[in-house]
Amino acid sequence: MQLKPLARSLAAALSIVVIAGCSSTGGTQDGDSYGSQDGSTTGSGTSGTGTGSQYGSTSGSGSGSGQQADSRIPEVRTIYFDYDRDTIKSEYESVVMAHARYLRANPSAQVVLHGHTDERGTREYNMALGERRAGAVERFLNIQGVSSSQMSVVSYGEERPAVNGQDESAYSQNRRVVFNY
Amino acid sequence: MQSLSKVWLFCVLLLVSSMASANLTIEITRGSDQALPIGVVPFAGSEGMPEDVAQIVQDDLERSGLFDPLARSAMFEQPSQSDDVQFGTWRSLDVRYLVVGSAAQTDGGFELQFELMDISGQRRMIGETVTVRGNDLRGAAHYISDQIFEEITDIRGAFSTKIAYVTAQGIGDNMQFGLYVADADGRRSEQVLTSDEPIMSPAWSPDGTKLAYVSFETERPAIYIQDVATGQRVKATSFDGINGAPAWSPDGRRIAMSLSKDGQPEIYIMDVANRSVERITNNNSIDTEPAWAPDGRSLLFTSDRSGGPQLYQYSMGGGEAQRMTFTGNYNARGRYSPDGEQIFLIHRSSRGYQVARQDLSGDRLVVLSESTRDESPSVAPNGTMVIFATQQGNSGVLSAVSADGRSSFRLPSAQGDVRDPAWSPFLN
Repeated sequence: MQLKPLARSLAAALSIVVIAGCSSTGGTQDGDSYGSQDGSTTGSGTSGTGTGSQYGSTSGSGSGSGQQADSRIPEVRTIYFDYDRDTIKSEYESVVMAHARYLRANPSAQVVLHGHTDERGTREYNMALGERRAGAVERFLNIQGVSSSQMSVVSYGEERPAVNGQDESAYSQNRRVVFNY
Repeated sequence: MQSLSKVWLFCVLLLVSSMASANLTIEITRGSDQALPIGVVPFAGSEGMPEDVAQIVQDDLERSGLFDPLARSAMFEQPSQSDDVQFGTWRSLDVRYLVVGSAAQTDGGFELQFELMDISGQRRMIGETVTVRGNDLRGAAHYISDQIFEEITDIRGAFSTKIAYVTAQGIGDNMQFGLYVADADGRRSEQVLTSDEPIMSPAWSPDGTKLAYVSFETERPAIYIQDVATGQRVKATSFDGINGAPAWSPDGRRIAMSLSKDGQPEIYIMDVANRSVERITNNNSIDTEPAWAPDGRSLLFTSDRSGGPQLYQYSMGGGEAQRMTFTGNYNARGRYSPDGEQIFLIHRSSRGYQVARQDLSGDRLVVLSESTRDESPSVAPNGTMVIFATQQGNSGVLSAVSADGRSSFRLPSAQGDVRDPAWSPFLN
């Protein structure tokens, strides 16, 4: 039995329209290429420079985004977590803030927060941990004034790793929350 | 029209090849030094038949860890019936038991005859004529293995059972998932479902006719119940949040599961007939991975209410759930032995995540596996083996260890990851 949900095709078609209509940059969607181990890099995506640059400045200094940026879905759509933690690390606060601004400025925009874990531990327990991570982002956005009706959470647990591998560099890229519009 | 039929042929080939690739093979990884020496003589008349019945029986017995089969090359006599067995010959080869037999083609299939001999006691233990309809020589061989196993060990054989498991290929947004059912030896795999969204946590109904599982095919988790023979299925739950970890009650009327519709994941019990759900746990922590005790009177589940994940037991009829595990700071995904006296679980040791066993009456925990990235233990219906998922190199493979930890084997797949095994109940 082959399942190809119509919804998925529709969503893909829609997202192409959305990207074509809203984005002039060539940035990656998921941000799987962002390093996070040393904590020295952070995505901001709020600068609206159109260069496709993957790395923004550290939190605090990249906060001067204008109205123009809020009309676009922020480019950086993935943030990473420490092992067994659901705390949003300070270096990713600017990323979440950018999404908060976008969602506040676009009340009809909807985001699905996908929570992911690394592969260690049992699958269903990891489903719960992935939900905690996505839930932490949802609460943060809510505190920033984003309406609950614009957000939903889906945990994928360890089922959809971003990268293969059994070392910390792979694990750290798999412990993530992805903003899906 | 011609091009259409070519496409059709291609699809058929694709299906056949993907089904073939999901077959699993067996590698014995640890043999027990207490295994019983047994000889399984090639069945007379079986040359040229589609399956080597004696070889299947020999492999079944060896995989159980309780038997140490004699190599065929060491058999300088190959009797096919008890009257021809020279006990001295086999005693000199240190064989304690001997299986002899013959095979013949019939109109509708095959006829197999086998006899089991006690070499030291110099007697015939059992013998039977097995009629095989169609091509089901493998099924007949597993049946013979069951009879031999039970006669010698007094434990019901589980060679005629099935395993369900999930396969995954690809990475990130580009993945393919499959749900399969295969014989307990990994052969004759059949595809139950494929999806480009995750499939998880297959669970057999106690009568072995249905599987409950989690599928993300609507881009969020839902629990489905599917009839294995017909493929017919229904969506059982699709609440907001997690719909996970389905586990059938022993009477088949209820399914315990983890739902996060009211906030954090809690254990619920669904009535299969009317789909109503009753909440069992209620706290601010993760509660998931429920399993029913064989008598249906209690549920074992994973909870992090004390900090990290530990196993708790809830008794039907109320009361606080009792913490069951105290060794280490990660014990999860518990499963009862069929007699309800032991639990098998994933324990994080200093080496990694390993399959472990604990008596229900005590808190001493024994690690069974030698691998260190283990998941999803599932107990054979006769309690002798535990199948689980682990990693071999960079691939997910299924592995099994005997309940006493003495022997183990692996079921590697030709390609992709294999995970989430579920051992079926007895099917006959």
